[in-house]
Amino acid sequence: MSVIGQIGQWFDKRLQLAAPIRDAAEHPVPRNTASWFYVFGSAALTVFLLQLVTGILLALIYVPSASEAWSSLQALNHDVTLGWFIRAMHGWGSNFMVAIVLIHMVQVFLFGAYKFPRELTWIVGVFLLLMTLGMAFSGQVLRFDQDAYWGLGIGASIASRVPIAGPIIVKLMLGGPIIAGATLSRFFALHVFVIPGMLIGFVCLHLLMVLKLGINEWPMPGRLVKRATYEDEYHQLTRKEGAPFVPYAVWKDLFFAAFILLAVAACALYFGPFGPTGRPDPTIIQTAPKPDYFFLWLYGLLSYLPPSMETPALLIGPVVVIAFLVLLPFLSGEGEKSWRRRPIAVLTVLLIAIILGTLTHLAGYTPWSPHMNAWSGDPVPEQFLHARTALERQGALVFQVKQCRNCHSLGDLGGQRGPALDSVAVRLTQDQLVRQVIQGGGNMPAYGKNLSPAETTALVAFLETLHPHGQAPARDAARDIALIEDKDHRQGAPR
Amino acid sequence: MSNENMLSRRGLFMKIGMLFNGLVATALAFPIVRFLFSSVTRGSGNAYLSWVSLGRVSEFPEGETRLATFRNPYVTPTDGKTAETTCWVRRVEGEQFQVFAINCAHLGCPVRWFPQSGLFMCPCHGGAYYRDGSRASGPPERGLFEYPYKVQDGMVTIQAGELPTPGSPTASLFGNKAPCGARNELVSIESKLSACSKTNALLGKTNT
Repeated sequence: MSVIGQIGQWFDKRLQLAAPIRDAAEHPVPRNTASWFYVFGSAALTVFLLQLVTGILLALIYVPSASEAWSSLQALNHDVTLGWFIRAMHGWGSNFMVAIVLIHMVQVFLFGAYKFPRELTWIVGVFLLLMTLGMAFSGQVLRFDQDAYWGLGIGASIASRVPIAGPIIVKLMLGGPIIAGATLSRFFALHVFVIPGMLIGFVCLHLLMVLKLGINEWPMPGRLVKRATYEDEYHQLTRKEGAPFVPYAVWKDLFFAAFILLAVAACALYFGPFGPTGRPDPTIIQTAPKPDYFFLWLYGLLSYLPPSMETPALLIGPVVVIAFLVLLPFLSGEGEKSWRRRPIAVLTVLLIAIILGTLTHLAGYTPWSPHMNAWSGDPVPEQFLHARTALERQGALVFQVKQCRNCHSLGDLGGQRGPALDSVAVRLTQDQLVRQVIQGGGNMPAYGKNLSPAETTALVAFLETLHPHGQAPARDAARDIALIEDKDHRQGAPR
Repeated sequence: MSNENMLSRRGLFMKIGMLFNGLVATALAFPIVRFLFSSVTRGSGNAYLSWVSLGRVSEFPEGETRLATFRNPYVTPTDGKTAETTCWVRRVEGEQFQVFAINCAHLGCPVRWFPQSGLFMCPCHGGAYYRDGSRASGPPERGLFEYPYKVQDGMVTIQAGELPTPGSPTASLFGNKAPCGARNELVSIESKLSACSKTNALLGKTNT
């Protein structure tokens, strides 16, 4: 026997792990699970391990102090050899981890893997998703920059809306009365000790159940899950017709895991690390904070919900979603597994994906936010000034100076919070323009107190010129008649 | 008496051992919970709040709104720049002020003042407020948070120390009344203003 073999035997006599590991590796799996659809779980685990390693490496340099965290990130980016690369790997790793966990969840849902007897595996998986999101949020806080600082403010504002306990939760979350040193310290503890510790424990439970209960077989349309017969049927698929996991199915997991690691490294190399953006200095208010990629949908949702719906949606929404996910295997623990015969399941996934995708896309360019510098930075397109009277040009000036441009675009430049005004004169008559400017309405502030009559006249004169060539501006026919009648009346003509 | 119901000597010791551990755990839980909740208990009864100075009255021109910075009254050694807080100070006239929190009443983003249009605008979700802090448009459900202020020895001082959030108990200190001022109808601007002037006169404040 070789020396290595002898050393191995020496250890195994004491550890006695070789046999159980071999049993686990060679446990029979249904042959049709050796599929590329079954690689996302192991890929999520791979990225998690990558996060552990890169996270420990970052912790060698990072300082979890509100006064020094930002500088230590700068040191990682610019001074420490390959610090930028490790930061980039960790940042991209987190994006990949959230994405892979979600894909894994969708695959498991569509393949009916949450049904009997794997209910608990699914429930543990739901908590793993929540912890992954918790890691993503706390990780963004540790990148202690302007986005992190104001992001914490958003988190506190949401938490404060919980009835009765809200203020307590806020102080627990912040570690004090304001976002400061204690806040970063506790998010560091959460991100580095608490959540990873729970993640490791839950991942072990999740894997243990996959081994004990077996991997979900490829769902065949019409093969229904029944509590009474499922285990025998599964036994048939594994013990009689199955194949050992190693090496029959594992090679696809290995290939995909390596591919994902390469993809993370490629993104890290090509795109580099995330931030940090500006210093977390509350006195610098020229900032438009934005969450990381995986919370952009929430950022979008918060600007589209009607104000009265917001607090109930924020507080009840997550409870309902989590309760539904946890109860799912009890609501449909038996029956059809194949997505081919579960149209509602497929439509639900599509609907959620479209909603999340659309909100994320919208949050990419935030049409709901005023463009803070549009009034001073965006030029008025030439065609809107050409051959205009002095009054109309004065109106264009008022339009810029009064920051109308921050919310209204002209020639595709400017804010998108309000409607584009390129052809506003076609939609609104002179009277309606005056009323809209002075009284606001429809989500527009009233400018009555901030415009002199002369400014209003000039502004409306300018707005009235905003109509496409060859298309007449809107006019109030009744007003014309009234004016004529009034004129006739004054001239003493018979009515 | 059957053997199953008999408590053996070792079984008794095990139970006493468990009870002993339970007692120790309970005793230790007390300091642990006190420690964990110290940030809450320390601030009970508005203990985090103090009167802080923003500068001399003369630094704030009448009719204008200026940005002011103050150091949070409660700080820890690692706070660095985060101990600083900003606020918008509006000097209405004489010694009548309005001091607004920088945080949008929607989700806490920093609002910016645009004197030309007389609006505070939030860069996050587009909340907008009039010069008197009342809600103008967008997702906020209320006006800007307002710090209680007083003028003492020629200095503008405000009662501050906590991050203003929509649900904070000190939100009542931050002017939790229904926002006064202009809404979307000219008629209601006039009527609300007069109503607000009365309320604020009672509160010792004014509203333009």
